[in-house]
Amino acid sequence: MIRLFDKAEYDFLSKWRITFAISALFTIPGLVLLGIRGLNSSIEFTGGTAIQVHALDENIRTAELRAALSAAGIEGAEIQTFGAQDEFMIRARLDPRVEVDEESTQRTQAAVRQALTDAFGEDAFEIDAGRSVGPKVGSELRERTIMALLMAFGAIFIVIWFRYEWRFSLAAVLATVHDILATVAFISFINLEVSLVVVAALLTIVGYSLNDTIVTFDRVRENLKKYKRSNISEILNRSINETLPRTVLTSGTTLAAVLALLILGGPIIRPFAWVMTFGVITGTYSSIFIASPILLRVEQRWPGEDVRGARTIQTRGEPAAT
Amino acid sequence: MLSTIRNRLIVIALLVLGSAVSLFPRNVTIRERGPDGAMRDTTITRVPLKRGLDLLGGIHLALEIDESQGPVADRSGALDRALTVIRSRVDEFGVAEPVIQRIGTDRIVVELAGVTDPGRAKAIVERSAFLEWRITDMQNLFRDALPTIDQALIRAGVRAAASGGAPAQTLEQLLGADSAAADTAVAEAVPDTAPAADQPGPLSTLLFQGQIPGEFLVAEETVLLVDSLIRLPEAQRAMPRGRELVWAAEPISQGARSYRPLYSVDRRAVITGTELQDARATIDPTTNQAIVSFTLTRSGGRRFRAETRQHINDFMAIMLDGRVFRQPPVIRSEIGRNGQIELGTAPLQEAQDLALVLRAGALPAPLVIVEERSVGPSLGRDSIRQGQQAAIVAAVLVVLVMLAYYRFAGLLAVVALCFYVLFTLGGLASFGATLTLPGLAGFVLSLGMAVDANVLIFERIREELKLGKTPRVAIDQGFEHAMPAIIDANVTTVITAAFLFQFGTGPVRGFAVTLIVGILASLITAVFVTKTLFLIWLVRRGQSKEFAF
Repeated sequence: MIRLFDKAEYDFLSKWRITFAISALFTIPGLVLLGIRGLNSSIEFTGGTAIQVHALDENIRTAELRAALSAAGIEGAEIQTFGAQDEFMIRARLDPRVEVDEESTQRTQAAVRQALTDAFGEDAFEIDAGRSVGPKVGSELRERTIMALLMAFGAIFIVIWFRYEWRFSLAAVLATVHDILATVAFISFINLEVSLVVVAALLTIVGYSLNDTIVTFDRVRENLKKYKRSNISEILNRSINETLPRTVLTSGTTLAAVLALLILGGPIIRPFAWVMTFGVITGTYSSIFIASPILLRVEQRWPGEDVRGARTIQTRGEPAAT
Repeated sequence: MLSTIRNRLIVIALLVLGSAVSLFPRNVTIRERGPDGAMRDTTITRVPLKRGLDLLGGIHLALEIDESQGPVADRSGALDRALTVIRSRVDEFGVAEPVIQRIGTDRIVVELAGVTDPGRAKAIVERSAFLEWRITDMQNLFRDALPTIDQALIRAGVRAAASGGAPAQTLEQLLGADSAAADTAVAEAVPDTAPAADQPGPLSTLLFQGQIPGEFLVAEETVLLVDSLIRLPEAQRAMPRGRELVWAAEPISQGARSYRPLYSVDRRAVITGTELQDARATIDPTTNQAIVSFTLTRSGGRRFRAETRQHINDFMAIMLDGRVFRQPPVIRSEIGRNGQIELGTAPLQEAQDLALVLRAGALPAPLVIVEERSVGPSLGRDSIRQGQQAAIVAAVLVVLVMLAYYRFAGLLAVVALCFYVLFTLGGLASFGATLTLPGLAGFVLSLGMAVDANVLIFERIREELKLGKTPRVAIDQGFEHAMPAIIDANVTTVITAAFLFQFGTGPVRGFAVTLIVGILASLITAVFVTKTLFLIWLVRRGQSKEFAF
C-alpha cells in the first residue's frame, strides 16, 4: 500500500516569494524573446502554402529539394525535415515580392508539385499532405483564437463566481493566465510552430489547470466551514496538503498519458504533446504555488465576509470584520 | 442495498448494451474507383466510427464567392446556388460520405475522403454550372433500339468487359435479383424488348419502363453496371440518332427498393441557363399547390414560345450539369417569357429546391478556394498506428500506477477505466462524431484524466477511514464529499472544450468532441460503475472487519 503525502503539513504559502520569482524568471525572458523573435505561426494563421513530402529516393535531401525548387523559379522556400529523415515540410511562395492572396497560394501548391515531379520524377517522392491557406482565412483564425481564449476565461470567471465567489474566480483565472503566459514562454524558448493544434492544446491547458485549482478551492470552501478558528492562510495550507495526494496522482497519470503521446504519437501530434506536457506541469504547479497565494493576497486586500454560509474570514492578528 | 445494486447493475448493463450496439461493426458501402476507372460500390464491415480526413486521407476545400471580378449582388443567394451545384456534382468524385456544408454567411466547406488529386477536385468544384431543358424521347426511339443495343453488347462480349474481369456470375446474380424484384416493384420489366436470342439482353433486363416516355428505372445497385454498359463504344454506336441517355440527380424509392431514373432525351436543348432570368417558388393561391414560376430573357421567351408550340403534351427534362432534376414536367400549352412548373401536392420545400436548381444554372456563382488541405492515405495510416500505440502505452501506465497505489481499489478503478473506454467510444459513435488525429490525442490525454474522479473519491474514502468511520459509512461519505469537486472541476473543462468546439475547424472540433464525451463518460463511470463495484464488494465482504484500502 503506497500512501504519498499522507501526513503532509508543508507550508506552501510562505514560499510565495520564491515561487513567484521562479515563474517571473521563466516567463518574462520567454515573453521578451517572443517580442524579439516573433511568434512562429503556422500557415494556418499567416496564410501561405505548406507541403509535406515523403522522399522515397534516399538521395533526396533538403539541398536537393531546394535546388529543384530554385530550378523552377521558386526561391526562398523554407524546407525542414519533419519527424523522420525522409519527411520534409516545404513552406513556399511563388514570388516573395508579391503579396500572398487566395489565388497565388493555390498556384504555389501546384507549382511545387510540378517542380518536384520535373526534378525527381513521379516515383521518387510522395506528397503526404498539402495545405494552402488564403490570408483572409488566416487572419480570421487569429481573431477567433483570441476570442475563444477570452470568452473561455470570461465564462469560467462567471461559473466560479457563481459556485464560489469572485475572489476565488480572480485567483483561479489569474493562475490560469499565469499558465498560459508560462506556456507561451515555453513555446517561444523551444521555438515551436504555433498551429491550430497547439492552440487547441493551450485551451486544454486552461481547462486542466482550472480543474486542478478548483479541486483545491473546493477543499478551501469546505474547510472554511469546518475550521472556524483557523485563519485563511492556515486553511489554504491545510487544503493544499489534504488534496496533495490527489494532485500528485492525477497529474502523474495525465503526465504519463501525455508523455506516451510525446514519444509515440508521431510527428504531427508532437507539438500538441510538447505543449500539453509543459501545461500539465505548470497547471499543477500553479494551482499550489500561484493560485493559493493569490487567493490569500486577494482575501487580505478585500476580506471576504462569507463563503456560502461559512464564517467570517479573518487573518491572524487582525480583528474579525463582522 | 441489494435492490440498489440490482438497479445500478441494470443501468450499467443498459449503458454497456447501448455502447456495444452503437459500436457493433456494420456494413458500410464505400464507393471507389476501380483499377479500370469505373466507379463501384464495395461493402465492407467496420466499426461505425467516422474518421476525419486527416486519418482517412482526402481533400478539404473551403470556398467563397469570388468577388475579385466585381461584386456579386446577392452573396447569400449565390452561396446557396453554388451549394446546389456542388451537391449535384458530388457523384463525380465517387466519395463515400462527402461533406458539403455552408459555414457561416460566406463560406462553403467541401470534404472529400479518399480523393487524392487536388487538381481534379478543384476543377469540378470551380466549374460553373450549366442548365438546359430538353424534351424527352417521346417517340421511344431508345426503347425500340434496345434489342439492337443488346445484340451489340453481346457481340462485344460484354459480360467480361462490363464488370472489369469480374465474371458473368455477378451479372447473373444481378439479373436474378432484379427479376425477383420486378414482381414486387411497381415498375414492369420492358415487355417487348427481350431479344429473340436465347440469351437475355445485358442492358434491357436491367431497365424498367418508367411512367413517362423516355423514362427508365434502374435499381440502385445496378446503376454502376448500367452506366458502364451504356458508355461502351458498341452501345454508343447502336444508340438512336439525336438521343442521349442521362441520369437523374437523385434516386427515387418504390416500396423498400431504391431506383435511379435514366432518361432518354433529345440531344438538342430547348433552352439553356443563359436564357433564364429568374425562378421563384410560390404557392398557387387558387389551388394551394407548390409551383415554381420562371422568367426568361426576351429572346429566350420568343424561342421558348416557338419550341413549346411544337411540343405540347411532351415532357421536358430539367438538367443541371448533365443530370435530370425531378421527374420531367409535361408541357401543357405554349409558353412565352413567363411560365410555371406545377409540383402538385409536393411541399413548398421541394419547389424551393427546384427553383434553386434553376437559378444555379441561370446566375453564375463564381467560387474561389480560400483554403485547401490534402492528406495522403499513408500519412493517415501512420497517424492511426502511432495514435494506437500511444493510447495503449498510456493505458498501461495509468493501470500500473492505479494498481500500485490503490491495490484493490485500484483494480476497481481499472475496471471502471475499461467501462470508460467503452462508453467514450460508444458515445462518439452514437453522436456521429468524427475521429480526427487531435481527437485521438484528446482520447489518450483523457485516459490520464479519466481516473481523476476515481482518485478524488478514493482519497476521500481514505480520509473518512482515517477519521475512524466504518467502511460502509466511509464509502458513502467519500462519494458524497468528493462530488462537488468532481462536478465543479469537470464543468470548467467542459466549458473550455465547448469554446474549443465553437472556434475550431474539422480536426480541432474532433478534439473538443472527444474531450466532452470523455468527461461525461468519466463522470458516469465514477458515479455508477465504481460505486456499484464498491457496493457489491461491501455485500460480499459480509461482516469481516479488515478493510485494506
